Formats: sequence, C-alpha cells, structure tokens
Amino acid sequence: MPKVTFISFTGGTHTVEVPPGTTLMHAATDNRVPGIDGDCGGNCACATCHVYVEQTWLQRLGARTATEEEMLNCVPERQDGSRLACQIALTDALDGLIVNMPEAQH
Amino acid sequence: MNAMDTIQSADMHAAARARIAALPIEGLNPADPQWFVDDTEGYVFERLRREDPVHRSHSPVPGIDSYWSVTRYKDIMQVDTSHGIYSSEEGITLMDFPPGDEQKLPMFIAMDPPKHDAQRMAVSPIVAPANLNNWQGLIRERTVKVLDSLPRNETFNWVDLVSIELTTYMLATLFDFPLEDRRLLPHWSDMITSNKLTNPDAPDPQVRMAELRKMLEYFTRLWNERVNAPPRTDLISMLAHGPATRNMGPIEFMGNLALLIVGGNDTTRNSMTGGLLALHHHPQEMTKLRSNPALIDSLVPEIIRWQTPLAYMRRTALADTQLAGKQIKKGDKLAMWYLSGNRDEAAIPSPDRFIVDRERPRQHLSFGFGIHRCVGNRLAELQLKILWEELLRRFEVIEVVGEPKRVRSSFVRGFSHLPVRIPG
Repeated sequence: MPKVTFISFTGGTHTVEVPPGTTLMHAATDNRVPGIDGDCGGNCACATCHVYVEQTWLQRLGARTATEEEMLNCVPERQDGSRLACQIALTDALDGLIVNMPEAQH
Repeated sequence: MNAMDTIQSADMHAAARARIAALPIEGLNPADPQWFVDDTEGYVFERLRREDPVHRSHSPVPGIDSYWSVTRYKDIMQVDTSHGIYSSEEGITLMDFPPGDEQKLPMFIAMDPPKHDAQRMAVSPIVAPANLNNWQGLIRERTVKVLDSLPRNETFNWVDLVSIELTTYMLATLFDFPLEDRRLLPHWSDMITSNKLTNPDAPDPQVRMAELRKMLEYFTRLWNERVNAPPRTDLISMLAHGPATRNMGPIEFMGNLALLIVGGNDTTRNSMTGGLLALHHHPQEMTKLRSNPALIDSLVPEIIRWQTPLAYMRRTALADTQLAGKQIKKGDKLAMWYLSGNRDEAAIPSPDRFIVDRERPRQHLSFGFGIHRCVGNRLAELQLKILWEELLRRFEVIEVVGEPKRVRSSFVRGFSHLPVRIPG
C-alpha cells in the first residue's frame, strides 16, 4: 500500500499508508493529518487541500486539470510545485511520496 | 424565555409546516422575504428538495420575476463550480435593475474570469495567513474591550452592542479606517444591501445613492492619502497600489469597496448573533462546549453552516443546459439556495440539528465553492473563534430573554434585534 509523508510548515512530519486509489486529500483527512482541510470534500472547489510537491515527484504526477489551475489561483503563496491534494490519486508507483504543506489553508 | 414560549414556538412551527405542505408547489417562491421574517423558510426548502429540487419559481416583485431555485447540495455544488455555464456577470442577487441603473455596483463577485481573477488576486493577500496572525492580538483586544463593557443584570440588544460593534471594529481595522467614524461602515453596508422593492422600510433609491456617494467621497480621500504613500497592509493601500486595481475608475472602486464592506460586515455580524441563538436553542450543545472549550474549532464552522448568512447566490445561464433533468434556457437566472443545501441530509448528516462536535463541520455551502468562494472565510472564522473564547472565559450564563427580530430579506439572513441579559 502506498505510503505518503506530509511535512508541516513548522517541520513536523506525518506518514500515512492508504489503499491505492485514495486521493492525497483523503489520505490526510481520513488520518486526521493537520494542515489539510478539504472543505469541499474533494470536488476541486475550495483549494483548501493545497500542497507543495518537489520537482522530481511533480514530474511523476499527472498534469493539473484546468479546474485545478483555476482554483490554485485562489491560494496565497502559490509556487511551481503547488498542487491540490484532491486531484492526486495515490498509487503504488507513488509510494514514498513526500509533500509539504503551506502555512495555512486559505 | 420560559418553557411555555418554547412550546408555543414549537406549535407555531408545526402549524407553519402543515400550512406549507398544503400549498400548491408551483406557487412556492422561496425568495419571498416573509418566510425569513417568520423563520419558516426551512419548510419551503424541505418540500422543494424532496419534490422539485430545481424548481421554477415566480416572484411578484418586478425585476425578480421568474427564476430557478436550486435546493439540493449536490446540484448547488455543480452550478457553483461551473462558472463557464453559469455566469456571475448579470449580478449575484435575484433582482435585475434596468441597464444603466445606478443600483448596480460593479464588483468582482459579479464578474467572470478573466476580469474576476485579476481583481480577486489583488485583494486576497489581505487575508493571507501572515496578516491573520498579525491581527489576532488586535481582534482579541477589541473583543475583550467590548465584552467587558457590556451591561450586567439588564436586557440589551446583542446585535447592536456585540455583533455590530465587533464586526465594525474588524472592518475598520481592515481598511485602517478612522476609528471615530467607524459606525459609518455598517451604515453604508446596510445602504448597499437595502432594496425598497423588497423591504418597504428601506431608504428611497435616491437617498441610498446619495449615501453611497458620500461613502465614495470618504474612501476616495483615504485612497488619495495612501496612493502617494509607501504601500501598507490595509485594504485601501492594497487596492491603490495593486497593478490590477490602481487604475480602476470611481464606480468600480465603489463597487469593490461595497463588496468588501458587505462581505466582511453583516455576514459575520449575523453569525455572531446566530451562534448565540443556536446555543440557546440547543442547551445540551452549550453544556458540551463549556466542558470542552477546544470544541470551539468545530463550533465556529457549525455556526456558519447553521446561520448561512447569505441564503443564496444567483447565477445566469450562458447557454441552454440541463440541471437535474430540467431544461435551463440561455439567459435564465438561478438561485443557489445555500441555506437549503446546508440542510440537505443527502450531503450532511443530521442537518437540522445544531451539533458542536460534528465530524466534518467545514463541509457546508455558506462560503460558496469554486472560484468565487468567500475570500474572507478564515477571517470570519477567526473573529468568531476569538469571540467564543472570550465569552466562555467571562460569562457563565448568557440568557436570551426574548424572540429575535429577523431582517426582512431572503438574501441576507440576519437579525436586527436579540434581547440578551447577562447576570453578574
């Protein structure tokens, strides 16, 4: 089962293991990882599951959808590695993924 | 209020529900503000969700006329996230004004991309996490000051002494507005949202426009002071310096100001009142809260769901389309009834109960979803959090001693009066 590590803004880490197909957002909210809100329940409609993905991992994820691009315009501190966690499905190929969380969801 | 009042109130509600169940569904017009004055709109929405979730509605008010009422959470989410089909440019309230009519103010909530995006992005840094952190101390200081000066052992209007006072302070802070004039802000907010066609007590349109011109003059003066000064972190300075906003004309400036004043003002105000009323009606929830103040973190979003300070948002179809099996025509207007979606048991468990420790309290429609989702949502929550922290610390008992008086509006869901007494 794929494992993913969330690094908080202040450096704390949370590693969770989830069934393949689980979105990165649910991986956080199902396991009460603080720092990911997912207010819209995963509909790409609120941008409160904002994460930063480092370059080598970013290349291995699918491209952002048009809606995801739009919603990312809402986040403060958008960076090159910005993604919405609800749009990333965790697979065994992504085992070991590490993401950073912003200071706060907006 | 005593037990007898509660029984009478329950009887009245049961009677209203029965009466509404007997009405022919075609005539049900959720936008009639009388439902909201009577606090019976919930029964209208209950029927519509069950029997006609995308309901052709008719209002006798000229300018509103016919529109679609969208009442289920799922359908509202669909409309809110499909801005390419459902536009905000014709306005976000049901009332249409004749072209060129001065009632309509241009603001980014009523724009589509790309113009919307540029303006929103200019404003959203004001509520970035760093700013919210910076304001916490000031918000708490002012909250403490207001709460410590409340009268004891006498009945007062919570709306005026707490809800309006605190949100006004907050708005003045956002704008770095002269504190001695801060009561102009809720005055202008009420002018902006007033509409004589739906509320006979509202000011005449000419009076309203004259007041809004004064608002523009005052803010223009502040703008002129700040545009030549180095950029600061207040909203006026941000608008004056932001590349997308520094060249906007006076009407657009007025429109965006109006948006920020209304958005940041009577919504939070009505949540401050609504939260107290909700806890009063659900005493077992207050007990839970008092024995575990950490529950404030889930209390706050539940208050916002419960109150749904803006009951709906309007959209206009840009093309013929289908929604829940209904044929929507290009040009049709729709109301996304957030208030109804927030009581939809298909999306929210036990939605008709006020529960301070819900598992997913933030999953509600009150801030909207999609690109127009409320920019100030975290600031609203911060104000409510601090208010409840200080209330719980200070007052063992806060008694609601009479019925609230509700605002005559199907858009702004709020209160003008809530009689409260704090023993001490």
